[in-house]
Amino acid sequence: MSSQAWINLAYLAASMLFIVAFKLMTGPRTAVRGNYLGAAGMAIALAAACCEKPVVDRLSAVGPGGLVWVGIAAVIGSVIGALMAIKYPMTGMPQMVALLNGFGGAASTLVAGAELWNTTSAAVAGDEPAALAARALVAPWTQFAIATALTGLIGAVTFWGSLVAFAKLEELPQFKKAWTDPNRHLINLGLAGATLLLVWGLCANPHWTILYWLLVIVGSALGCTLTMPIGGADMPVVICLLNSYSGLAAAAAGFVIDNAVLVIAGSLVGASGLILTAIMCQAMNRSLVGVLFGGLGTTIAANADDVYAGKVKSVSAEEIAMLLEGAGRVVIVPGYGLAVAQAQHAVRELADALEKRGTTVEYAIHPVAGRMPGHMNVLLAEADIPYEKLREMDDINPTFPETDVAIVIGANDVVNPAARTDPKSPIAGMPILDVDKARTVVVVKRSLSPGFAGIPNPLFAADNTLMYFADGKKAILDLTAAIAKG
Amino acid sequence: MHSFLLPALLAASDAAPVAGEDPASRFIRLLTVFLLAMWVGFEVITKVPQRLHTPLTSGSNAISGITAVGAIVVAGAMATRFGTLLGFLAVILAMINVVGGFVVTHRMLEMFNPKKK
Repeated sequence: MSSQAWINLAYLAASMLFIVAFKLMTGPRTAVRGNYLGAAGMAIALAAACCEKPVVDRLSAVGPGGLVWVGIAAVIGSVIGALMAIKYPMTGMPQMVALLNGFGGAASTLVAGAELWNTTSAAVAGDEPAALAARALVAPWTQFAIATALTGLIGAVTFWGSLVAFAKLEELPQFKKAWTDPNRHLINLGLAGATLLLVWGLCANPHWTILYWLLVIVGSALGCTLTMPIGGADMPVVICLLNSYSGLAAAAAGFVIDNAVLVIAGSLVGASGLILTAIMCQAMNRSLVGVLFGGLGTTIAANADDVYAGKVKSVSAEEIAMLLEGAGRVVIVPGYGLAVAQAQHAVRELADALEKRGTTVEYAIHPVAGRMPGHMNVLLAEADIPYEKLREMDDINPTFPETDVAIVIGANDVVNPAARTDPKSPIAGMPILDVDKARTVVVVKRSLSPGFAGIPNPLFAADNTLMYFADGKKAILDLTAAIAKG
Repeated sequence: MHSFLLPALLAASDAAPVAGEDPASRFIRLLTVFLLAMWVGFEVITKVPQRLHTPLTSGSNAISGITAVGAIVVAGAMATRFGTLLGFLAVILAMINVVGGFVVTHRMLEMFNPKKK
């Protein structure tokens, strides 16, 4: 077997390890092993890359200079990556993932740019290393150029889109407000037109590498203009989409350098991101097109007074503590507001206090709770809440009628019964947690202000609902103290 | 699905670049790999439960750093100065992606599996 065959075999092994890694992600215990296998696959693939013919040729011709540089770069990157991964707080996971996505996309763009540069300069000069010249001659120009252009474009969109997403999630003041310039669709259209022209130009003249970099610049602008109008509530969708893009950029880079492991790994990630995007859109009752281009739309000024007038019952921590004393089963519904208030540890202490008196406590997790898919689960797991108690929506909804008290903390639209009852509501048909079916509902909230959908919530005015107006974290701490006293 | 899809994927990906392979065939070979791998991805990932979606995202994120393979080859070959510089930068960025992704995924999964008391 030739050495190239061994290298390809190693790539194949890496690809299989990636697939198994994804397969093991189905359970929290096997997922740890899956992550190790994924890392092992990556190590194999990277080692194989160091044995590729161009690298080894360089090694035997000139010395180890090239590999030393690669080693230095790898160490720099690894140290930065490890530090970020260890230091970043769990609430900041969406930003961290966005940033990592962006780096992956940028790397793909640079790889394709470098390959294009090497190939064209070898073809033009004719006196470059034989391997490159040969590749340039057999290079399927059109396909090569299309793949290169796509890699550059997707990579650039991913990088800049991720940076904007990062800025929004970090709540940097300049990015706090969604960009809603009415001309933005025209700008996007113009950029898209420029993109098509440049892709066409590059295919016609692949040796004009300047076109590639122009394409990267236009892609960068597009990444910004596509992400800036997207509001905070839609961020989970954006994170998934960018994740998918970073995979597709890697797959496209695989077409450029003719490497199957890049194509396989990239398309696995692309598929994963697309599935999560679809799940998020469905859970938020939004179409992908609506998220990407619609902004938040016009909020229907439904009359909140009609819904709430005279029907809202406000209670104190002591009254709720008394209510909880007689409860056999309590379900806690954490929402985005809990993540913002960082109240997950406080919630855990409340649950501990209740469980000490024999109350069953479970958590109902809506698919879009938190700021990225599954984020709430991670936040609660960080507070040492066993994952067996974190129940998914479809799983826990049938149990609400047997629930004595449902405590809603910082969630609004995802518990709005109008989604089920009012076909004219903007959220009609959106899957919700049926907390209104519990015997008593306690809603911890700062005010009656509407959620992201901008509509009043009839749950707050329901007969079996008690409102506890307070800041999320302080409310929970007060409640725990009241229970301890009683 | 694995019974017929995986062997097909294996066969397609095992095909090494063939000397003299015409451009269209090469493109179609990679396209085959791409589509089959997408399908495998859809099949496998739809089974991941919601509560593991964040580690899934960060783990798949790490795997998208596979582009480091391409970066190593272009940087290590040092064919042109500009190409090498780009490759060098790409190795740094891709390795941040790879190491950051795997480490943070591990950190999250550890929280789901607290140490036995």
